[in-house]
Amino acid sequence: MRWRDTLGSGVEAIIGHGLRSLLTILGIMIGIAAVILTVGLGEGAQSSVNSAISALGSNLLVVTPGSTTSSSGVRGGFGTASTLTLADADALGSKKVAPNVIAVAPQAETVEVLTAGSTNWTTTMVGTTASWLTVRDRQVQEGGFFTRPEVSGADDVVVLGSTTASELFGAESPIDQTITANGVTLTVIGELTTAGSSGSTNLDDMAIVPITTAQQQVFTGTFATSVSTIYCEASSAAGLSGAYQEIDDELLSAHHIVEPSAADFTITSQTTIASTANSVNRTLTDLLAGVAGISLLVGGIGVMNIMLVSVTERVREIGLRKALGAAPTDIRRQFLVEASSLGLLGGIGGVLVGFIGTVVLPHLQSNPVSLSIPATIGAVFVAIAIGLTFGVYPATRAARLSPIDALRSE
Amino acid sequence: MSEPTARVARIDSDEPTGRVPRVDSDGDPTLIVRRPIIDMQQLWKTYRPGSLDVHALRGVTLTVDEGEFVAIMGPSGSGKSTLMHIMGCLDIPTRGSYKLDGEDVSKLSENSLARIRNREIGFVFQQYNLLARLTAWRNVELPLLYARVPGAERRRRALAALDQVGLSARAEHRPTQLSGGQQQRVALARALVTDPALLLADEPTGNLDTAAAAEILGLLQELHRAGRTVVLITHEPEVAAVADRTLRIRDGQLEPAEIAA
Repeated sequence: MRWRDTLGSGVEAIIGHGLRSLLTILGIMIGIAAVILTVGLGEGAQSSVNSAISALGSNLLVVTPGSTTSSSGVRGGFGTASTLTLADADALGSKKVAPNVIAVAPQAETVEVLTAGSTNWTTTMVGTTASWLTVRDRQVQEGGFFTRPEVSGADDVVVLGSTTASELFGAESPIDQTITANGVTLTVIGELTTAGSSGSTNLDDMAIVPITTAQQQVFTGTFATSVSTIYCEASSAAGLSGAYQEIDDELLSAHHIVEPSAADFTITSQTTIASTANSVNRTLTDLLAGVAGISLLVGGIGVMNIMLVSVTERVREIGLRKALGAAPTDIRRQFLVEASSLGLLGGIGGVLVGFIGTVVLPHLQSNPVSLSIPATIGAVFVAIAIGLTFGVYPATRAARLSPIDALRSE
Repeated sequence: MSEPTARVARIDSDEPTGRVPRVDSDGDPTLIVRRPIIDMQQLWKTYRPGSLDVHALRGVTLTVDEGEFVAIMGPSGSGKSTLMHIMGCLDIPTRGSYKLDGEDVSKLSENSLARIRNREIGFVFQQYNLLARLTAWRNVELPLLYARVPGAERRRRALAALDQVGLSARAEHRPTQLSGGQQQRVALARALVTDPALLLADEPTGNLDTAAAAEILGLLQELHRAGRTVVLITHEPEVAAVADRTLRIRDGQLEPAEIAA
């Protein structure tokens, strides 16, 4: 039988059993669409993480407290120690100590209840310096940010994130209003421009006060003496490694640590944060893709099932075709073409659903979905391959039928 | 019977290079130059369903010459079907030799048997065995698909074959839209479309009423008169009577007394 005729008869058989073919195709379609969408979700999440990390500020190094080893020998996790102080930040800000670092913003934070009139709102209170705005690459939408003198004077001023502002003051302008935190009355001098969220952190729900004000008046306990993070901006991308070295050296000597491996702080760069976040993402994507792959496998078994039914149902036809001169090869090809056509149609359908999904899904949930062209093309080939693979057994069974037995069957 | 004669004439004109044998100018079949189409020597077929051997055929020797019309009669269980299967290259004998149109087919592989079935044999079955989803001409063209004949030629030859059985007007009808007799005629056209050396009809009238049966037997006779080699398998003596020669099979052996027509 010529290939053209084999294809023709395969398509005819698919159309001849319309509903059944459609349901089989649907199985493959769902699997393919699931793969395309999970890969799309994964890639979307990756790009959103990357943009969130670059939103941290450019050429940024983040210094966090290292771990402590308690007397019982239990080592606490990173960030549990409060080894960084405002003095460390001041030292790093010195041009002599760290020439590659152009700006330093220490950050101390706790959760505080803010009160404006009769409204309460619990949020993260951040104590920092005037350079925070540039280091974190943020803008002020209304009013202004506090200045160096206001920091050294420990003025009672606060800058609010847009969410915090609207929670406390509604549509009203927050500027020059007052809020109370932990018994301290603060005047609102500015509102930040919306920045979105980074992972689980809402960048728009925070109240920023001069670190001096925070430590001297608002915060209590270790929060009043230590900082949780020091953000250092390097002069350029090329200066990043120099800045890293300078920060490392300065903090080791300031903390009287001889052995670098015993450092009580950790310096991370955006690249390391990004790669960590992406590897987490990739794991999740792989997991989802695995689940989608299983649904594809189920679709493939559906094809096999339907092809076996089709072979059983057409035993007589196969016998007749053999009597009329069909060689086993012809019969095998006919069923393989039928199975792979089901796969191909399912693949095309799945890609269409995937396309629609990438458009619709972002409206239904917060994560972006990107369409991966290689994954799409791959999915179609996988669909054909699935049809073909799961068609082999039924096709071989059909090809092996004896024409006599086949013709005798009812 | 003037119309059938006209059809027979068309067989010749449609198949200029066909197997219709050399006939003298008067078209008298007795003057056909004969050679054996079927030559079976000491054929045995043994099945082993359990531990015991069951001999379906016990040394069958038979020849059918080109242009002959032979009926094979026998009750069920006589080995009639087994003989038909081997004759039609649907099965191979356990022992003995079988030459079909000069070629030894008793030891061929499955693929070679498929090729022989396609080119040398035209089957007509009791159940018609038409594919319900295909129109009449599409059913007729099926053997040509496996002979790798291009589409346009397939259609031309399928329509010519339908014309031979007088069904050109029904070419686009599906089997369900045709009567039993018409369906069997479509099946006959399908058997003829490859211009086979042997037309093998297995109880072709078994499912038909008397009138339709007579029609099919008439067609077989016409084809025979035009020079086709026809083997008809039946259990009914009145059906076998249309053939020139009747062979009786019983217990896997041909009965010695052959009845010449």
